[in-house]
Amino acid sequence: MINSLFLISHSGDIFLEKHWKSVISRSVCDYFLEAKEKAGDPENVAPVLQTPHHYLISIYRGKLFFLSVTQTEVPPLFVIEFLHRVADTFQDYFGDCSEVVIKENTVTVYELLEEMLDNGFPLATESNVLKEMIRPPTILRSVVNTLTGGSNVGGTLPTGQLSNVPWRRAGVKYTNNEAYFDVIEEIDAILDKSGTTVFAEIQGVVEACVKLTGMPDLTLSFMNPRLLDDVSFHPCVRFKRWESERVLSFIPPDGNFRLMSYHVSSQNLVAIPVYVKQNISFLETGSCGRLDITIGPKQTMGKSVENLTVTIPMPKSVLSVNLTATQGTYTFDLTTKVVLWDVGKLNPQKLPNLRGSISIQTGSPKPEENPSINIGLQIQQLAISAGLKVSRLDMYGEKYKPFKGVKYVTKAGKFQVRT
Amino acid sequence: MSSSSAFNEEKGGSSSVGEPEYGHDPASGGIFSSDYKRHDDLKEMLDSNKDSLKLEAMKRIVAMIARGKNASDLFPAVVKNVACKNIEVKKLVYVYLVRYAEEQQDLALLSISTFQRGLKDPNQLIRASALRVLSSIRVTIIVPIMMLAIKEAASDMSPYVRKTAAHAIPKLYSLDPEQKDQLIEVIEKLLADKTTLVAGSVVMAFEEVCPERIDLIHKNYRKLCNLLIDVEEWGQVVIINMLTRYARTQFLNPNINESLLEEGGGADKTFYGSDEDEDEDEEEKEKKAEAAAMAKRKPYVMDPDHRLLLRNTKPLLQSRNAAVVMAVAQLYFHLAPKAEVGVIAKALVRLLRSHSEVQYVVLQNVATMTIKRRGMFEPYLKSFYIRSTDPTQIKILKLEVLTNLANETNISTILREFQTYIKSMDKDFVAATIQAIGRCATNIGEVRDTCLNGLVQLLSNRDELVVAESVVVIKKLLQMQPEKHSDIIKHMAKLTDNIQVPMARASILWLIGEYCEHVPKIAPDVLRKMAKSFTNEEDIVKLQILNLAAKLYLTNSKQTKLLTQYVLNLAKYDQNYDIRDRARFIRQLIVPTEKSGALSKYAKKLFLALKPAPVLESPFKDRDHFQLGSLSHLLNAKAGGYQELPDWPESAPDPSVRNVEVPEWTKCSSREKRKEKKVEKPFYSDSEGESGPTESADSESDSASGSESGSEGSGSASESEESGGVSVSEEEEEEEEEEKKTKKRELKKAVQESESEQSSEEEDRKHERKMKQQKSDSESESDEEEESESESSQSESDDSESEAEVRKKKKAAESKPPSKPAKRETTKEKKEMSLLDLDDFEPAPSPQVTPVNNLFSNSLVTDLEGLSLSEAVLLPATITPSSALKSYELLHRITGEGLSVEYCFSRQPFSPDANMVAVQMQFTNSSASDTKSLHMEDVKLQSGMRVKEFPEIELLPAGETATAVMGIDFCDSTQAANFQLCTHTRKFFVSIQPPVGELMRPVFLTENEFKKEQGQLMGMNEITEKLTLDAKCRNEHAIVQRVTTAANLSRVPCGSDKECSPPVPPPEHPVHRFAGRTVTSGSLVLVTVATREEGAAQLTINCEKMVIGTMLVKDILLALTQ
Repeated sequence: MINSLFLISHSGDIFLEKHWKSVISRSVCDYFLEAKEKAGDPENVAPVLQTPHHYLISIYRGKLFFLSVTQTEVPPLFVIEFLHRVADTFQDYFGDCSEVVIKENTVTVYELLEEMLDNGFPLATESNVLKEMIRPPTILRSVVNTLTGGSNVGGTLPTGQLSNVPWRRAGVKYTNNEAYFDVIEEIDAILDKSGTTVFAEIQGVVEACVKLTGMPDLTLSFMNPRLLDDVSFHPCVRFKRWESERVLSFIPPDGNFRLMSYHVSSQNLVAIPVYVKQNISFLETGSCGRLDITIGPKQTMGKSVENLTVTIPMPKSVLSVNLTATQGTYTFDLTTKVVLWDVGKLNPQKLPNLRGSISIQTGSPKPEENPSINIGLQIQQLAISAGLKVSRLDMYGEKYKPFKGVKYVTKAGKFQVRT
Repeated sequence: MSSSSAFNEEKGGSSSVGEPEYGHDPASGGIFSSDYKRHDDLKEMLDSNKDSLKLEAMKRIVAMIARGKNASDLFPAVVKNVACKNIEVKKLVYVYLVRYAEEQQDLALLSISTFQRGLKDPNQLIRASALRVLSSIRVTIIVPIMMLAIKEAASDMSPYVRKTAAHAIPKLYSLDPEQKDQLIEVIEKLLADKTTLVAGSVVMAFEEVCPERIDLIHKNYRKLCNLLIDVEEWGQVVIINMLTRYARTQFLNPNINESLLEEGGGADKTFYGSDEDEDEDEEEKEKKAEAAAMAKRKPYVMDPDHRLLLRNTKPLLQSRNAAVVMAVAQLYFHLAPKAEVGVIAKALVRLLRSHSEVQYVVLQNVATMTIKRRGMFEPYLKSFYIRSTDPTQIKILKLEVLTNLANETNISTILREFQTYIKSMDKDFVAATIQAIGRCATNIGEVRDTCLNGLVQLLSNRDELVVAESVVVIKKLLQMQPEKHSDIIKHMAKLTDNIQVPMARASILWLIGEYCEHVPKIAPDVLRKMAKSFTNEEDIVKLQILNLAAKLYLTNSKQTKLLTQYVLNLAKYDQNYDIRDRARFIRQLIVPTEKSGALSKYAKKLFLALKPAPVLESPFKDRDHFQLGSLSHLLNAKAGGYQELPDWPESAPDPSVRNVEVPEWTKCSSREKRKEKKVEKPFYSDSEGESGPTESADSESDSASGSESGSEGSGSASESEESGGVSVSEEEEEEEEEEKKTKKRELKKAVQESESEQSSEEEDRKHERKMKQQKSDSESESDEEEESESESSQSESDDSESEAEVRKKKKAAESKPPSKPAKRETTKEKKEMSLLDLDDFEPAPSPQVTPVNNLFSNSLVTDLEGLSLSEAVLLPATITPSSALKSYELLHRITGEGLSVEYCFSRQPFSPDANMVAVQMQFTNSSASDTKSLHMEDVKLQSGMRVKEFPEIELLPAGETATAVMGIDFCDSTQAANFQLCTHTRKFFVSIQPPVGELMRPVFLTENEFKKEQGQLMGMNEITEKLTLDAKCRNEHAIVQRVTTAANLSRVPCGSDKECSPPVPPPEHPVHRFAGRTVTSGSLVLVTVATREEGAAQLTINCEKMVIGTMLVKDILLALTQ
């Protein structure tokens, strides 16, 4: 299915190649580099390209292109999903998925890739199985390895692969048994000029960090599962129990994982936590413009809004901005023309305001469109969908009492205000 | 989640600091001056005795390979280390070997013997790894060795090795396609494999080697469907895609009837039906008419296998893996009845939250789907709204979807959205938006004028690209009704001064030329201006200038004759030969000369012919002839190795090809496994290391099997409910047909022979029972004895021992001869058989005995239980005829390393504690060695639950079977009891979860008592459900049998008057009553099944415990309807 993989840096340097079938010359990447030049923005490179003899399927992650080459029909999503899984694995192993890190860990990366695919077909993609075979690098281990000549390849054979719970490794032991669940809800919204909601929905995920000894069997139930309109699960979750009882029953993987993601039924009105009063105008003459933005709390359910950020991608013709913020700091990136205003905590008594002038390249016409405003925010201890609460977590299969914790966070997802 | 972030930080920190030595080596290697020198260096290191040096060298070599540097000259030095003890060195050597073996074939052969040795290793993982590397070495000489290795591995004990064998098949095939025939044999063998681990890989091999051999799938189809949910994600994708193709060849189009309705109703069609699709529809209509005719002849019934596939793939829409979701979505799109396709929309919309590459692919597919099935995505319209931060390619695809979704009702919202898009900074996107508006305008007549006005306004836009695009779109729109819009044409004529984009200029000129009669004054002037700038124009503009000149010459030659001449002259000397040609051609055509031929007469007709308006249609139209989700669909071109999605067959091929011929023993064991899963493992098979990776079945299938088995079970059981009847009704489909056949074969004779016998026997039994009932009735009327009896059965919990004693005495006193023999018979039989797996015995050996057994095994035995309890108490280890009891798997043979354990709810009171449910376990040691000290440990229970462990089994010799009984007090809940099953060497996590029907024990009530009790359990405690009885389940026996199978209840004898006079025909609509008490709390459970006309029935359950009641309703409903 997947013949070869090339890792290509942002600048077009092919710095790693791996072949699972016959070797394919790296010149095949030229087609891709050409397309990349044409597209300009790396996000605009078509994920699937056709060349005379090969098909190139690529993803862009962490300023890197993961380019896979196939020769025959294959579901494109299959490859894309797999490449993202590879990137996730690197992230998981090295804490980051960037060119520097991958170059530093070439051998581990190579070993990982070797295990992940066999003849181009995914073999072991579960992080727990991989970690059993190839240990992630840590400072301690690298020191020990240097002294003893040890290796980062697991001495034991990967029994996880044989298990029917492939996502969990055997023989997990912790002194402190703990299970944490973060319910993170993101508001995706588009507001129009007047502040009316054009579109809003809530997407949530339950992120879990489970460090439990042995083979615990967990059951997580919600107060109001009816709210959940659409869900997708980690493979460990038993569908059937969910269908019949609306509880999540699962043997968790070890460590961090995303237990489920959900969509809150669109019938419910979405509470928009902040309002934005904005006035961005470009003058017809004089090549300048004005900007005035005020943000205030709207439906915050009595919680405070934190980590408020405002991102405004300015038209390309904007030269510079001269603004004053009553709270927080702002930056203007000259190359990307993005104004980033880091507000911090929203104070309902004294609303943060950003105003000032924008100067435009002389001679260029007045920008047609006003830039849209992207809001980022965070509200602790609140699930905005109002009502989705974890009611209990039960553990079967093990004797000890685990420490359990649930946290709720609301964030702005793709929250955009049109101006 | 502080701890997790700390963990990440630690990792992050290490990545920058960690492994400095190895990390920098590959990079610094490049700095060294000469390659040769460095390689000598590496060779030395590889030859050394120290593993650390070897490792170091290998790491540097692999880093070279990774960066695409040639390291082939090191081959001899590296290959020597293939047998190195150090695992990491070994692995790296493998990496090197696989990379360069093809180039250095001779040297690579040196390593082969190492792998051959590895293939014989006792450790399955080493065997697998050896096969993996061996098959990856692309050296033609070793093809026979590989073939041998693959064949051997394909029958390996370990499923993991078999999986590796499946992976090796396409490798060998690509190396030597001549091996195809032999490889197909191996594939066929592996396809029959029952483990989830192998399934995905072998289907992959099938797809690469012999996708045309669809016949290989027949026998494995049902198994694949059932395994699907437990296969790993990647395998799921491959299997689903393959099954889509398979289904298209084997089943009928489920939408034959729908398409008829659609044609008639047409509500959905207004959009497409409006203008442009008219002609195509004609063809389609014809086809439909044909189909309709066919459909009328034969109403469509979905093949149960088709249904099975749809049902088993549906839960996978919830997968986290986008590829799996897409695979299911395309399966539904291609295979599901129209009404059911809708479920995929939600899942696909969910994927739009994923990475932009995923969005890209999903949107392409959604765009195709929206053309065929617009309604499906309409509710999600807003999810396709565009954000300014989306990448352009995503924006354009979303726009496509929005355009496809537009109809009269939502067009205003969509246009408002479009309005904002037009102001975007992304000009490609704006251009696409204008195109989209144009398409909406052509498709939806109502908004055509609005759109046109909007577009005209755009003509004054500052951005030239926007104007140009608008011009092009307006041109297309105007072609539809030019006469109404001459002012727009005039307006556009004025634009020629400003607009520089060639395409737009060309469009304007064409418009003016085409409709010059609408703008008679302006047209010549435009031509004049164009003539002036002719030499500076782009080619397409020049061509249009020529066109304009020609058309004007024909309509208004007075004013434009000279201009035309001038333009033609200019064109004559143009650099472009196209333009020169055109000029020559036009001149001949329009300018009358003496030589001019007949054609010039028709010049007007040629130039001023009415042109049909262009059709603005989606580029995604008709893309669905490619299988959705495929690469070919995405590229809209057939990719190499793409398998066409076949059309539905006209008539369904023989469905019986999917029936599986299963030897008795496999059939039984697999059936038990399935059953176990149904009850115990709601979703997947593996909660605690039991049942192993080998066998897993989809629990979804129970209803399927139920429905199938309903007909089946009663089909064979209606006349002669043989002892297998109960378990048969639970049969999996895949075995069903077959089983039926074999059973029929076996039974036919017996049944036929014994039919008469049996019926008389039946009669006898009825007599017996009636007599008994009579007795008890009379007892209840007069006797206090009866009172004590009912009391005893009610409050068993008090003191079962003494109670039992009392009862024993009582029974002795009462001595009911007719009942006893039956009971005895069953216990005896059970005792005999307890050494073996009862379920493994088909009824065949004793058809005459077992039917009897089954007929009353539940109803009668339970009826009698109140009386004969003592017997059971005396023999705690006994079991009721297990042929009638479901047995579940506790520990699979593979997981248990040879030890397999099954359990069943024996439905006998558990003597040490009457509040416990007796669970009979059967241990089979199929390993080669003895198992010692089998016992339980580490019981994990919900609060209140209790377990009475079974006595330790000290020795279970190899090949032997032992049974033991344990008691569990489930506290009237269906929570599982988890515990560890320990042998002298190992511990297995197992759990027992009771079906709700096992949480009760039968009590004997008379009809009057029943009614009285029922009267006290009304309101909240009563649950009533209407149902339609399964066709094969309308006779009394079937109902009684099914209810008592589903729950441990006893039948309440009905209408004593009828009972005493057998010749009286049974009432037309009998009411069946059943009673029991929950084991722990002793709450009454009353079940009433009142039958009505034509299989309609009403099920009423009265129980104080509402949870039990609701769960029981479900179970019984299922038992009766399927």
